[in-house]
Amino acid sequence: MSVTRPRYAEEAPFKIHGGCGLAGICDESGATMSGEDIILAMAVQRDRGNGLGGGFAGYGIYPEFPDHFAFHMMYHDEQAREEAEVLLNEHCVVDLAEPMPTRPVKGISDAPLLWRYFLKPLPGELERLELSEEDLVVRLVMTINAAVDGAFVASSGKNMGVCKGVGFPEEIGHFYRLEEYEGHTWTGHNRFPTNTPGWWGGAHPFALLDWTIVHNGEISSYGINSRYLEQFGYKCTLGTDTEVAAYLFDLMLRRHGLPLELACKALAAPLWSEIDRMPEGERELMRSLRAVYGPAMLNGPFAIILGFNGGMVALNDRIKLRPLVAARSGSKVIVASEEAAIRAVAPEPDVVWMPKAGEPTVARVAGMPWPIHGDLHLTPAEISCAVVGVEDVCDEAVEVTA
Amino acid sequence: MPATFIQPEFRVKIDYDKCHKCGRCVQQCGWGVYDFNERPIPHDEKCRACHRCVTFCPAHCITIERNPLAYRDNDNWSASLRKAVWKQAETGGVLLTSMGNPQPYPRIFDHLLLDACQVTNPSIDPLREPMELRTYLGRKPDAVKVEPDGAGGFRLAEGGGMSRNVELATPIIFSPMSYGSVSLNVHKSLAMAAERCGILMNTGEGGLHEDLYPYQDHVIVQVASGRFGVGPDYLKRGAAIEIKIGQGAKPGIGGHLPGEKINKEVSSTRMIPQGTDAISPAPHHDIYSIEDLRQLIYALKEASGYKPVGVKIAAVHNVAAIASGIVRAGADYVYLDGFRGGTGAAPAVIRDHVGIPVEIAIAVVDQRLREEGIRNQASIVAAGSIRSSADVAKAIALGADVVAIGTAALIALGCHVCQSCHTGNCSWGITTQKPELTRRIDPEWGAERVSNLINAWSHELQEILGALGVNAIESLRGSRERLRSIGLDEQTSRILGVKPAGM
Repeated sequence: MSVTRPRYAEEAPFKIHGGCGLAGICDESGATMSGEDIILAMAVQRDRGNGLGGGFAGYGIYPEFPDHFAFHMMYHDEQAREEAEVLLNEHCVVDLAEPMPTRPVKGISDAPLLWRYFLKPLPGELERLELSEEDLVVRLVMTINAAVDGAFVASSGKNMGVCKGVGFPEEIGHFYRLEEYEGHTWTGHNRFPTNTPGWWGGAHPFALLDWTIVHNGEISSYGINSRYLEQFGYKCTLGTDTEVAAYLFDLMLRRHGLPLELACKALAAPLWSEIDRMPEGERELMRSLRAVYGPAMLNGPFAIILGFNGGMVALNDRIKLRPLVAARSGSKVIVASEEAAIRAVAPEPDVVWMPKAGEPTVARVAGMPWPIHGDLHLTPAEISCAVVGVEDVCDEAVEVTA
Repeated sequence: MPATFIQPEFRVKIDYDKCHKCGRCVQQCGWGVYDFNERPIPHDEKCRACHRCVTFCPAHCITIERNPLAYRDNDNWSASLRKAVWKQAETGGVLLTSMGNPQPYPRIFDHLLLDACQVTNPSIDPLREPMELRTYLGRKPDAVKVEPDGAGGFRLAEGGGMSRNVELATPIIFSPMSYGSVSLNVHKSLAMAAERCGILMNTGEGGLHEDLYPYQDHVIVQVASGRFGVGPDYLKRGAAIEIKIGQGAKPGIGGHLPGEKINKEVSSTRMIPQGTDAISPAPHHDIYSIEDLRQLIYALKEASGYKPVGVKIAAVHNVAAIASGIVRAGADYVYLDGFRGGTGAAPAVIRDHVGIPVEIAIAVVDQRLREEGIRNQASIVAAGSIRSSADVAKAIALGADVVAIGTAALIALGCHVCQSCHTGNCSWGITTQKPELTRRIDPEWGAERVSNLINAWSHELQEILGALGVNAIESLRGSRERLRSIGLDEQTSRILGVKPAGM
């Protein structure tokens, strides 16, 4: 299977209708688990995919390189690798470059060349380009994905990585030897391609920096979401609607400095009738948020899990047109398309609940930075009440009887 | 020689067997078509096919037919061209006409098709689910800035939110039609409808009559080159202010309201002497460049207490660059009037041959503003023959924030598009100042008709959004991915940013 981005005309034969499955596990204590749990959670949701895409994101998996950007790359051929490496070396010091460790798995064929790199910006490079570290990486990712034929950046964050491809997720997980990694947060995805062909780069999670997205649904507002992002220099090259969600989070959280809770409220905006009933200050805030980020609102059915170095957030569309179940089991927060996936890894969870439309379900790893960027410099304590925390939701949750 | 070579365009036929001889046709016709001598006697040459008599005939015995008179076939010298030459040979004048360009240029809206959901993303039922059309007209910041509110939440930082915007319940407003070109009762109907529907009417360039003061929160006050009726009080009354640079029906051309239409009320509203011609110069004589426009925009903001100020232009060849300049000059919205846009009076040669389609203008302006990163700084209002809710949806999908309707609202009030507004004899009481004609529109009745139209189109927009699987108008706005072209050449599709059907 190639990593060359498919052209539009080639898309038609792949228009297969259906859905997707997703799962996410986060140990809020920061304790790590191997990739086996998330593989198991995805395996029981096998029917939600069709073997044309599976993938995982793991956080905390590269403790030996905590301050390096880990680039997971897919190459169509050696030439693409050489061209991409020229770009990487032009701006960065690559401290380790090696093929991804994989093993042969029945059902997985036509894998592209898979490489990973641990890199840092060249000394003086950020000053020379007048860019932040993150902006440089974003620019590099955009350039490689758009300009290097046959090369694709699967992930580009620190101490995390995305392993994905064409196949059922449990096959992909074993192919990438995920049982050998230890992470505190994992997300997984089982794909039933609807609007892009099953190709390695097009599998979920989609990633930028340490942000990853797994998505079930079809974003009906893709047309305007992508045009909005183009204004800010993002190039939507994958021809898939999920990509925009990753970039929108990056724009709002990192570049506009919005708190995570408000970013979620912009993406799955409350109804005007709800906003009109809010107290004055909040009403003005939400009115501005919705009017300004109207083009960013994700409309249409979706359930997404946003992963990042401090944890994960699961979010449904504003009228909950896709399934999403959440549970807490000890220090673990588990979200999935189906309760079966939760019970596969935690047979007796403390609570299971159904998150409401547009209300984020949040899992935070203790001691990890919270995704607040920009000029705010807020401490996690200052925003914890604003975010609909897992504890708050638990109060309303249905108790699970054994 | 006969006074004219031009033969009547229509024939008025009366079935005298059914005729009640009541004379209502004589009374209703504003054109003086009928004499009455024991029965109505029509003079065909005066008929405009406005159907006023037909509509009010209690016996349904009047038929208007096209004059079947044959002209020698000639695709080059059409009958209408021959008649135009005869008319100009008789008068030596510019041929005047009114309403929008009726020529058979392509209608791009009719070559665009909307998408709908099937299976992979569900359509949404607007009868059961919320379906939001609310729209904010005006400048938006690049990003929202917040700060902790001290109670664990967030509040807007100083100046971090949306500046003054006008809230619209649905993305449809009324286009500017001046008091003078239309009657006061039309203005009242539109103002009342605007209030009921939560939208805006637009004074046009003829000032704001005091009877409309109760509706001023739903009125855009226009400042045009003639500056009729403009004063500090006028500017402060409007919900927004609009500088009129151009009009789609007559780009580059000024206006001329004949003295006969300047009665006492029009005179006091326009602040000009009764009976004098009201002449709007082609350019504003204080705007000869973009920097002059900037000064006027800010002067109007200062004078009005920082109300949103929009700029209306005709869609012309270089519209994208012009609109970009207008946004950078500080306008809160850009009003694009396409070449099909209506008018109360215009030279036919200008109306029929100048400007570009509004569909193209929306597409290139929206794209240019996005490329320059200033799309959020101004709303785009699109007008120039928005004929149905489908046109509204397509205009919004191409990139407009709001559409403005003029002709459609007048049709709701009875207009039959006879294109004779400039005569001041409108039998429907719309584009006339004759008291016996203007009283034909009761503002209460008019407001209900126009409100019905806005509500009906809004419901249809909700149906379209539901089929598209989105429940808010902002998810369609600029989403050209939900449009496909049919029967357009590749270049036009590319300019529109729309893929052909099948792709």
